[in-house]
Amino acid sequence: MSDVTTDTVQLPAAASGASAPRYADAVRYAAPWIAVAVAFAVLPMIFSSGSALTTLSLMGIMIVFALSYNMLLGETGLLSFGHAVYYGLGGFLAIHAMNTVIHDHLPLPLFLIPLVGAFSGLLFGIIFGSVSTRRAGVAFAMISLGLGELVASSSLILRGFFGGEEGVSTNRTKLLHVFGLNFGPQIQVYYLIAFWCLVCMIAMFAIRRTPFGRMCNAVRENAERAQFVGYNPQVVRFMAFALAGLFAGVAGALAAINFELVNSSMVGAEPSGLVLLAAFVGGIGNFIGPVIGAIIVTWLEVTLSDMTDIWQLYFGLLFIGVVMFAPSGIAGLLMMHVPLWRARAYRPLSRLVLTYLIALVPALATLAGLIAVIEMIYHRSVKASDGATISLFHVTLDTTSVVPWIAAIVLLIGGFLLFRRTWPVVGAAWHDAIMYAQGAGKKK
Amino acid sequence: MLELVTISTLNGVLYGMLLFLMASGLTLIFSMMGVLNFAHASFYMLGAFFGFQISQFVGFWPAFFIAPVLVGGIGALVERYGLRRVHKHGPVAELLFTFGLAFVIVEIVQMIWGKGPADYRVPPSLNFSAFTAFSTNYPAYKMFELLTAIAIFAVLLMLLTRTRIGLIIQASLTHPHMVAMLGHNVPRIFMLVFGVGTGLAAVAGVIAGPALVTQSNMAGSLGPILFVVVVVGGLGSLFGAFLASLLIGLVQTFAVSVNLSIADVLQPLGVAAPSGGALFDIWNVTVAQIAPIIPYLLLVLILIFRPTGLMGTREQ
Repeated sequence: MSDVTTDTVQLPAAASGASAPRYADAVRYAAPWIAVAVAFAVLPMIFSSGSALTTLSLMGIMIVFALSYNMLLGETGLLSFGHAVYYGLGGFLAIHAMNTVIHDHLPLPLFLIPLVGAFSGLLFGIIFGSVSTRRAGVAFAMISLGLGELVASSSLILRGFFGGEEGVSTNRTKLLHVFGLNFGPQIQVYYLIAFWCLVCMIAMFAIRRTPFGRMCNAVRENAERAQFVGYNPQVVRFMAFALAGLFAGVAGALAAINFELVNSSMVGAEPSGLVLLAAFVGGIGNFIGPVIGAIIVTWLEVTLSDMTDIWQLYFGLLFIGVVMFAPSGIAGLLMMHVPLWRARAYRPLSRLVLTYLIALVPALATLAGLIAVIEMIYHRSVKASDGATISLFHVTLDTTSVVPWIAAIVLLIGGFLLFRRTWPVVGAAWHDAIMYAQGAGKKK
Repeated sequence: MLELVTISTLNGVLYGMLLFLMASGLTLIFSMMGVLNFAHASFYMLGAFFGFQISQFVGFWPAFFIAPVLVGGIGALVERYGLRRVHKHGPVAELLFTFGLAFVIVEIVQMIWGKGPADYRVPPSLNFSAFTAFSTNYPAYKMFELLTAIAIFAVLLMLLTRTRIGLIIQASLTHPHMVAMLGHNVPRIFMLVFGVGTGLAAVAGVIAGPALVTQSNMAGSLGPILFVVVVVGGLGSLFGAFLASLLIGLVQTFAVSVNLSIADVLQPLGVAAPSGGALFDIWNVTVAQIAPIIPYLLLVLILIFRPTGLMGTREQ
């Protein structure tokens, strides 16, 4: 922010020389976003099947939702267990707005409905934020949980607004058509979601870089010192909370447009948990983290729920694994390697990747054993009436005989022991690579 | 009316004491480690399912003792190999760990016992009516639950205030470093407290299972109320948790038996409730219908007027 102002001040003095670097700066800032926009535009041409298009749309919604969540957890350090309230209420108000527009023939195109979601998310963010952001830390987490439960329970009581068990439905094609777009086909909805997703991503990235965004980080790191600098941490938290509500509302409106149906489960504990999972697994320390998390979690949700009934167990285990062993998330793990890449430590880096591949083999064996044990227990205890065999990775396992059990347990334990043996090797390769990179840095 | 008040008071105190069985463990764990154990209600659920499964083999009474010990053991292992490892990443990571744990425990319970209710019944030795108040037969099992909860409360109180180990625990709450320098193994005390806390939750599960429904959603429906109890009582205050447990137990039990709505109240005053509009339900829902959200309303009110909770002194 500040360097932009200095640039404008110095402009009259160095008018001729300043324009070139500023142009280069603009390109540098815009290039990643142009790349993202091109990717969004091209993706449905690569993955053109109907189911892929649906998955891509869900990913777009989840990216906005997870990034809005990260404004709380990652940027401001507020752990919320009730973020779906703003997502869900945004969805409900958007769908009521759509029905009103259809009913009264108002001249509002579908394209602008996410703004209704944004407005309602902001509104409820302001209302609930004024209550909950007085406290930080664990107390805030509990309050957000309580507020989430309050709204979720109310949604079953206030049937007029929340539509009871069956929810509220709409027809997105009945709104005003602009440029001949009726938003019937999924591809048009995808582009609508992609557009708003891009807008929200840019907006959230920009907010991150404003002084306000920096103050959020300061409040996260040390609220007391932020207070000494002259900022009220409560106000900073409150503003971050309201803004996060705004973007969650956009995500909710996009979901309402995508499904043409919202019901009370949308404000409940499940989406609240899912967004936390997506943001954290992706990595809350980086802007790109929640994006990666949203993509992975949506993809897993779509594919795993087809393959197994107990897919949520795998989600939970993945989450615990990330919390215990990689608290900076997948993005954090990737970012660890950036300094090596920057230092052009290609040779040690490739050796490191090789040790990763070696460690991957027993890790996959452990995983396969774990999955086999879980699936066989599940089958024996709940679905025993469906017959004795299950099919796993194209292998048919007889859950009543001892052999598959022993095989699975050997895979699980043996794989784990081998995996632990590979750790020193990986560690040594990592150490070498870091040393090499530091040496290269010094030589310069 | 008197009958309603008596029975509701009994039920309310019973519910409150069950809540306190769990809230006490939760509060102890919180004041020790600064961890709000998100999975606490999951240990309660594990207690109910373990009680159910063990009572299938050896009957209710052995299960009543074995199940809490097993669950407490699992809790201690979770502390030793999970929570202690995450501790270095800070309180948010610990909270997230227990959140993930709660998620996983629900899924494991569904994996083993399915999503439907388990057939966990009141043991025949307690399946009679204790006394007849007015015209209602009050079941003996409920009296047993109440007495168990009170007995455990009394034992816990004695243990904490009158014994040596209780004094060490109290000292480690406030001065862990000093206690460690005096030669006590503070991490092991933490593990013990975590194990006992989860074991207490399991006791609540074993005795509440037959009276309520033993099902994989029981943790999800009770957990948030438990957090309301500890926040309303004041984070870290055992006495506050006790008051809040009773308060929420009584309020919720009484609310269920009140069939009044705003429209009913307004009618004698000559005000007609609107019959249209998006929120017209507000006028017609009865107090009994909003009973499930009363704890959360209470939470919001407490946070507005007394942000530290009823008895809390600890400001973060």
